[in-house]
This record gives sequence, C-alpha cells and structure tokens, in this order.
Amino acid sequence: MSKRIDVKDLNVYYGDFLAVENVNINIEAKSVTAFIGPSGCGKSTFLRTLNRMHEVLPGARVEGEVLLDGENLYGPGVDPVTVRSHIGMVFQRPNPFPTMSIRDNVLAGVKLNNKRISKSDADDLVERSLTGANLWKEVRDRLDKPGSGLSGGQQQRLCIARAIAVSPEVILMDEPCSALDPISTLAIEDLIEELKSDYTVVIVTHNMQQAARVSDKTAFFNIAGTGKPGRLIEYADTPVIFSNPAQKATEDYVSGRFG
Amino acid sequence: MSSKSIEGTGGAGRAGDKVFSGITLLAGCLILLVLFSVAVFLLWQALPTFMADSADISGGEGFFTYIWPLVIGTVIAAAIALAIATPVGIGVALFISHYAPRRMAQGLGYLIDLLAAIPSVVYGAWGMMVLAPALVGPYTWLAENAGWIPIFSGPASQTGKTMLTAGIVLSVMVLPIITSLTREIFLQTPKLHEEAALAMGATRWEMIRMAVFPFARPGVISAVMLGLGRALGETMAVALVLSSGGLIASLIRPGNQTIAAEIALNFPEAYGLRLSELIAAGLVLFLITLAVNVIARWIISRHKEFSGAN
Repeated sequence: MSKRIDVKDLNVYYGDFLAVENVNINIEAKSVTAFIGPSGCGKSTFLRTLNRMHEVLPGARVEGEVLLDGENLYGPGVDPVTVRSHIGMVFQRPNPFPTMSIRDNVLAGVKLNNKRISKSDADDLVERSLTGANLWKEVRDRLDKPGSGLSGGQQQRLCIARAIAVSPEVILMDEPCSALDPISTLAIEDLIEELKSDYTVVIVTHNMQQAARVSDKTAFFNIAGTGKPGRLIEYADTPVIFSNPAQKATEDYVSGRFG
Repeated sequence: MSSKSIEGTGGAGRAGDKVFSGITLLAGCLILLVLFSVAVFLLWQALPTFMADSADISGGEGFFTYIWPLVIGTVIAAAIALAIATPVGIGVALFISHYAPRRMAQGLGYLIDLLAAIPSVVYGAWGMMVLAPALVGPYTWLAENAGWIPIFSGPASQTGKTMLTAGIVLSVMVLPIITSLTREIFLQTPKLHEEAALAMGATRWEMIRMAVFPFARPGVISAVMLGLGRALGETMAVALVLSSGGLIASLIRPGNQTIAAEIALNFPEAYGLRLSELIAAGLVLFLITLAVNVIARWIISRHKEFSGAN
C-alpha cells in the first residue's frame, strides 16, 4: 500500500521566482522522513509539490519529476485531484470541517472518491480510522458532535484519521504539532511512529528534537539569503544528520549555531 | 519611591470608555424607539379599519377579503424575484470569488455594486418600456405551449405588463444585494478548510460544496433575506411594470397586485377609512417581513452548533 517517492531535478517556481532549486531526493516506503531548516527555506513549498498542493496558488509550477513508485506525478494526463487522493496531507493548524460531525469528517474523503458506501462499511471505516489515529476511545460516544468541539490535539488526530480513511500511499505532514501543547505533540509523535508500519510519512518540522525522535531519515534545507532559492543541503539517516553531518551548514543548524 | 498608586489612574481612558458605551446604548435605544413608534403609528392608524363594518371596506366584504389577494400577490412577486435572483446571485458571487481571474473579478464586482446604485424608478421605467414589450412574444408562446399549467394559462398579456415581468424586474433589483453579500462571505471562507478539501482530492466544485457552502450558509440566508426585504417592499418598479387587477393564477396575464404598490398608487387620493385601510395593509406587510425574518433566524440558529463559530 505504501509507496516510495523519488524526486529528480525538481525546481519550484512562483511565477518567475525560483523558490526551490534542484532537489534530488529518494524517500523510502514505510519510513518517516523529516524536512528541517530555517523559515522560508522552501521545505513546506517542496512538501506541497509532493501532492501538487502548491498549485492551489496561482502562478506556481515545477520543473523536474516526482516519481511515486516510478509514476511521474507531473506526467501529461495526470490529474492533480487524483494525485491528492493518493497522497494525504495534514496541515499546520488542525482543520476539521466545522460544519461536519466527527463521523462525517472522517468520511469526507471517502465520500469524494467512491460516492456510495453502506452504513455498516462506513461505521467500520470510521472506527478503524479513528483507532488508527488514537482517537477512537476519546470520541466514540460523540461521533455526531461537531469536530470543532474537540481540543486542538484531538482535532489534529481527527485530521490524521480523515487522511488515513482514504488509504493513501503517502502521508505528508506540514508542521503538524506546531499549534499543539507538549502532551498532544507526544500523542501525535507516537502516532507517527505507528503510521510508519503502513504508510510512507513525510513530515516538515521546526522542532529538531521532534525530527530526531520520529524520523528515520532527515533532509536539511537552507537558503543562501532573501530572494535566493531554497536548496536541499544534506539528506542522510537521522542519527548522522544530528551527530555527524557532512556539511558545515547542517552542523551549524542542528547545533543551534545558525546565524 | 516611585511606586504608582493603583487608585486614581487612567481617568481619561475611563471617561472615553463611558462616552463610547453611552453612544452605543443610545444608538441601540434609538433603533427600538423608531421601530416602536412605527409600530404604534401603524396600529393606531389601522385601528378604524378593524373596527369598521365589513361592508364599508373596499370590496365590501371585510378587510381580510380585501388584503388576502394583495398578500398573495406580494408573496408571489417576491418569490419569483428570489427564485431567479438567488441561484444567479450565488453563481455570480461564486464566479467572482473562486473562478474568475483576479482582475476580471474586481471589475465584475464593481459592476454588480453599480447595479445596486440604480434608483428603483429607473428599473421600473426600464421594465415598462424595454422588458415588458420584449416579453410579449415569449408569453404568447408560453400561453400556447404551456397553457395547461395554471400559472401560464392564456390569453397572454399584449403589453407584457404582468406579474412575471414584475418579478423579473424585482429579481434584477435584488440581484446586487445577494451577489455582493454572498461574494464577501465566500471570500471569507478559511483557506485552511479549502485546502483541507483540496488535499483530500476534491475537485474545485467538490471543495466549494464541502468547505465554502457550509461555511457561507448562514450568510447566504441573511443575504437572501435582505434581498427578500427589498423585493417585498419595492413599490415604484412594481407600480410601473404591473398592470394590476384581481387575484389570478396566471402570471402572464394582467392582474394581481402587491401591497406596496397598492399603497403607493392609492395613497395620494385616500382619506378617512380608505387611508386607514392602506395603513392596515402596511401593517400586514410589516408583519410578513417580521415573520420571514424570524423564520430565517430560526433556520440559521438551528445549525449553530455546527457553524464553526465555536
């Protein structure tokens, strides 16, 4: 079910502005890969090119290839809508649909993809997805209540349940814990660890301890200066990045000596 | 020792606070006062009508028989206007907020706002001199081909000055209100929720149904209600466009009348009981508007828990 991602010579543009330059990276299936780097270095932008969400902004385009198990996401005839239904995404701020119940939030993506689902199948899927997101026990007696009534951490887990309900091949997480308290963050981190056995997880984070805790491999992005494109500086196993990086810039960043 | 005393600080700020809260209180009371005095005026002036012998009322069969066709006419005209203006208004608003290229969207937005600035008498004149004659052909065709439906039964009006024409003119007048309000609300849809839908593999239309419409629902209802308020109360356009008469089912024959137009057309020559009758008609219109707004509030509050405001 989970698939690997291979990125070849990827440039990301907003109009004429080159935002991310020449990224080559191979992301293993069933692993957690973390993107770290200073603000504005293009790691979120790059993450969003992996499910073509950057195209939501007018003028955004890419050059190069993103291969999902060998299939180019940017090939001719590939519909971004289909891409996104295969590659789920969790955002920085929890964003369950406020007008939907918890149950409907989980089923939202499924109802898009195959319109008809029997009630018992739906019940199963809701339980399975919420259990998968470690939320089932907390919400099982209030599935018909609005998702916006949950705490921030619960909402974020609801969003993860919504993402895994459609059985994606990859889950992208864009700073999923930055709006959460430490306890909720821990809950999400535990969950990421569990998700790894079924999914390919890519996570952007500002928190280096978090990257060190949850990821198998870490990619460090950096930017030479304002207006310059972001680049992938180093990509290696997480322990290597944090203890013995090959690049000076990486070492400066992970050790907090970054200017 | 430079420690400040807690007492007696910030006097100027406190005074500003008091003035401001006084002003808001005054404004709130003023609204109530105006509403109250209008209601009292309507009730007081309408009282003779309700006391009078039913034979003395226009038509000779009591106030209810007199007002009932007007109520129906008013509701029909407003219903036609909303039936046309709501889908078109939402469509235009959606086009401006989510489909059109930015520069085009802005221009279109200004144009829509311009529609709202046209005085109603101009709409009336346009409806009477341009729209009505143009609709004679279609009405004749409708009467011939769809005449078995009561609302299209013939013979069609040869001037085009019918209820349907009045409803269409009203819909054009209501359109800018609905469009500009719903556009504002569509634009306020949180990007967060739009992206949530898109990231799940929603097409643009699915995203709009999933994130934009549910978010905008209370606002759209309010916009439609404001539009309805204008449609119910509009006088000049209806007075000019509709060749009025008794209550009939057909919308393409001369006939029917709305409360507002009835009042405007008869007010200048009315005195005594007739005047009181017209004011009573105004009272009825007031009550209709009130009822409509209460229903709208109820619809909005029914889904409060899911509004996203919590």
